[in-house]
Amino acid sequence: MSFVSFRATFSRHDLVYIGILAALLFAILPLFLDIFRLNLVGKYLTYAFVALGLVLCWGYGGILSLGQGVFFGLGGYAMAMFLKLEASDPESTKIQSTPGIPDFMDWNQITELPWFWEPFYSLPFALLAIIIVPTLFAYIIGVAMFKRRVGGVYFAIITQAIASILTILIIGQQGYTGGVNGITDLRTLLGWDIRTDSAKYILYYLCCFLLLVCLVLAKLITKSKLGRLLVAMRDSEDRVRFSGYDVANFKIFVFCVGAAFAAIGGAMFTLQVGFMSPSFVGIVPSIEMVIFCAVGGRFSIYGAIYGTLVVNWAKTTFSESFPELWLFAMGALFIGVTMSFPRGLAGLYSSYVEPFILNRWKQLKSKQNLKVSAEQARV
Amino acid sequence: MSINLKRILSLFTAGASCDQSDRRLILSFYLSLWFLLSAAMVNASVNTTGLAVTDKEVTVGILHSVTGTMAISETGSVQAEKLAIKQINDMGGVLGRKIKYIQEDGASDWPTFAEKSKKLLVNDKVAAVFGCWTSASRKAVLPVFEQYNGMLYYPTFYEGLEQSPNVIYTGQEATQQILAGIDWVVKEKGAKKFYLLGSDYIWPRTSNKIARKHIEKLGLKVVGEEYYPLGHTQFNSVINKIKLRRPDVIYAIVVGGSNVAFYKQLKAAGIDPRKEKPLILTISVTEDEILGIGGENIEGAYAAMKYFQSLPNENNKRFVKAFKEMWGDDIVIGDVTQAAYLGPWLWKAAVEKAGSFDIDKVRAASPGIELHTAPEGYVKIHPNHHLWSKTRIGRALRNGQYELVYETKELMEPDPFPKGYQ
Amino acid sequence: MFSDYTSAELVSIFAMQGFAGLILFSVFVLMALGLAIIFGQMGVINMAHGEFMILGAYITYLLSSFFENNLPSLFSIYFFLAMILAFIVTAALGALVEWGMVRHLYRRPLDTLLATWGLSLILQQVYRSVFGAREVGVTLPDWMMGSIPLTDLVEIPFNGVFVMILTFVIAVSVYFLMFKSRFGGQVRAVVQNRPMAGAVGINTQKVDRITFAIGCGIAGIAGSAFTMIGSTGPTSGQLYIVDTFLVVVFGGAASLLGTIASAFTISQAQSTMEFFLSGSMAKVLTLLVVVGILMIRPQGLFALKIRR
Repeated sequence: MSFVSFRATFSRHDLVYIGILAALLFAILPLFLDIFRLNLVGKYLTYAFVALGLVLCWGYGGILSLGQGVFFGLGGYAMAMFLKLEASDPESTKIQSTPGIPDFMDWNQITELPWFWEPFYSLPFALLAIIIVPTLFAYIIGVAMFKRRVGGVYFAIITQAIASILTILIIGQQGYTGGVNGITDLRTLLGWDIRTDSAKYILYYLCCFLLLVCLVLAKLITKSKLGRLLVAMRDSEDRVRFSGYDVANFKIFVFCVGAAFAAIGGAMFTLQVGFMSPSFVGIVPSIEMVIFCAVGGRFSIYGAIYGTLVVNWAKTTFSESFPELWLFAMGALFIGVTMSFPRGLAGLYSSYVEPFILNRWKQLKSKQNLKVSAEQARV
Repeated sequence: MSINLKRILSLFTAGASCDQSDRRLILSFYLSLWFLLSAAMVNASVNTTGLAVTDKEVTVGILHSVTGTMAISETGSVQAEKLAIKQINDMGGVLGRKIKYIQEDGASDWPTFAEKSKKLLVNDKVAAVFGCWTSASRKAVLPVFEQYNGMLYYPTFYEGLEQSPNVIYTGQEATQQILAGIDWVVKEKGAKKFYLLGSDYIWPRTSNKIARKHIEKLGLKVVGEEYYPLGHTQFNSVINKIKLRRPDVIYAIVVGGSNVAFYKQLKAAGIDPRKEKPLILTISVTEDEILGIGGENIEGAYAAMKYFQSLPNENNKRFVKAFKEMWGDDIVIGDVTQAAYLGPWLWKAAVEKAGSFDIDKVRAASPGIELHTAPEGYVKIHPNHHLWSKTRIGRALRNGQYELVYETKELMEPDPFPKGYQ
Repeated sequence: MFSDYTSAELVSIFAMQGFAGLILFSVFVLMALGLAIIFGQMGVINMAHGEFMILGAYITYLLSSFFENNLPSLFSIYFFLAMILAFIVTAALGALVEWGMVRHLYRRPLDTLLATWGLSLILQQVYRSVFGAREVGVTLPDWMMGSIPLTDLVEIPFNGVFVMILTFVIAVSVYFLMFKSRFGGQVRAVVQNRPMAGAVGINTQKVDRITFAIGCGIAGIAGSAFTMIGSTGPTSGQLYIVDTFLVVVFGGAASLLGTIASAFTISQAQSTMEFFLSGSMAKVLTLLVVVGILMIRPQGLFALKIRR
């Protein structure tokens, strides 16, 4: 994808949409929200990474993964491991029987750092691991499944089982993973305190920036030949296969991209929230993320982001005002969206709002034209 | 005031990323200045740090799960805290101010707990928070409380290994629940062989670790130790193992819904707790859990707690009566519910001793606070922020209550980092 | 690992573990049969299956307290009545859900997953509002809680035997319903070729509704039976859902025999491993093996060969 095709990839509409989103994230929200609310938005945006990946996998590729939490979790844990090692220097852990290792290991009578924790002393390694470990894992799952033509419902259920296996494993191996509590009390990144308000601002902007980068990447993918092939596969896999394409490879690729996006989201989550726990790996969060994507519109890259923001904002508001009713509201939202608006917010937008705007635009233009022609006539 | 100044300074030094909030901050600075000046001088002296305290009211937070899997356990704590707050208000409140509470739902989700605790501390400026139940939720909110200097009253018995200046632990840490229980079962029942069993997370594992060390110190034997995932419902295999190893005591720390499955299957497999062969000793089943298990399935098992609803003292009779008046006759009260009830009272006592709502002053005043009116009898806050309490052993009855069979003579000293047990 | 035990004990171990495995097998079959009908025959992913089971459990709870207070003389047999009522109520709710929701989504199987997940959230909150957040205790007649001691170690629990018999009865009835009755023929015809079935005069909509209702009804009976061995609370249903789906998929979704075979394999594997490993690791290993086999043989153990 070279710059030559830039105009072909990003229509004027896209540029407007990206501009509006950027203005919302970078200027409007920070201006109107205090740092507490803004930090919450930052947390929601980390889920938007997952939703973005789901648009690619599910909306375009037709593969519904109910295990995206696995990749979100792996990315988040990789980040958390680095931060935890930094927080457990021998000085601040001198109360432990083995100083210098994370506190939960000490509680579990582990006396030296396990080998797979060692490399996480290095930030470059941790950053690489955030992307590579989940992507590799997705690759393995993808190869095993798609090469054997497992798809649709079966894929959904197997990914769900994988999410459940990983959760039990993390909780069971608490000496190495922090168990059900997760990895908590993360403080600094290379000496920089991530808990202060100014750090929260910077991390929020970093998160927005990365999200926009991922969005542009996703847009590139959907507008490329690969994107069109994915849609073709979703609608009729056999025809694409008979045309001579190796369907599995495309699916594996897009699944890996989705995993990498989710992992970045997980890492940003750890940074902004300050801990990581197995409750993001399991089935419930994974399905919730699918819902974010569905509400926004599974075929729309922009929709995924707005959907995530709207659902999470509703969740927070509902649970603040009517804690006992929010499950009703969420349940009704799920059912309503899938039954009545399968294309989500984006679908509503493109069938009602967009034509309206275009019409007004045309009316304005034609009025102007009329004026102009009238003036010309007078002259 | 000083906080706001500091924030403004720190924001200026932090760089360009936060320009847009400056105007809001300065505005809020003037607003709060005006607010503080217009408030009575009395208020200023009891609240120098901008907490949500007016001349008539003081706001506190209640933070528990009312939805999700933990709602089962946490409902009782919410009810107890509301009862305590109501009773304090009926007596005239704290320093002449009525307590108003803001309740937030943690939704059994640890990041939600962190998010809500931040809301309570930063947006609502509450003077204290009563809440959390699981260790995981406490671990999630702890950094928030330490960063924004809040005060959390945490009700659950838990694994210890923690001592935060921002938390008062009104439940028992592990040694307070375990050591005396094992001593009793060894001395009174002649137990020699133990089988340790638990749900797979930190509290059962840490507790069993302490139990194992203690059992081995006494020169006795642990014949098995086993963990099952939370929510597990099939215990036939472990029951078979228990039958083979023939322990004298099954030391069970199974939590939540798994309990129901465990005790029903145990009874069905012919291990009747009433025969005490083996004897069952648990530290995780309160009266609340028996509701789900069914009294007929657990009758005869022993529990080591600090409180039972049936405790025969006058404080407790009054407490149970008030609790039932407020929440209905068929309600039961477990160990944690009582510990949650202590929270608001301990906070009130500390505030009155300090003569101020300021977190730092309340913290300084807390060690040594005594409560003679506690339903469990008498408690006192240790300098390590845990409570001195007695360990009590109860025997489960068919009607879902425990009858008290033993209590330690002295209060047990809380020891969250027990030497020799780690 | 065998050296710790005498040979007599070893025999007992195998007898007891075999029996524990059989109970687990029955539990799995009960959980999965309803789902296998709905998912396997109709292609609908019902994520609210666990909540339907818990509805059955709550009905049993209601009846148990009703009989305890009003008709103590008949208490020892209330359980049978509870199962029948559980079946009727859950089947009715199932038919309602099919009419209001599922029938609009037959062309979009993945969407049934999302919509029924929403339904499960709503049902959970309904249970919580009606019955309270705490678990409820279902009192069972005394005869169901006892056991027969065979030897010093081996005891046969009544409730285990009861669950096994129940499973057998239900499995046989489902077999007759699906393969020997006229209705079963219609269901299979609809599954294998919907337009053709419609063309020969089968009312496919009605068949769909009844199939869904029966699947839910069996879930209700399962839930009722599980009050003997498990907990009854608003969120208890979620515990079963992953296991249940795996059993169905592992068996080969469209095959009822496959479901039973896979329930047998998984339960025996799990209960054997539970004896030698810790509970958590046994669970992880079982799931891993199942997922591994599914990757090698995605169509499951028994695949129904039909043209799609």
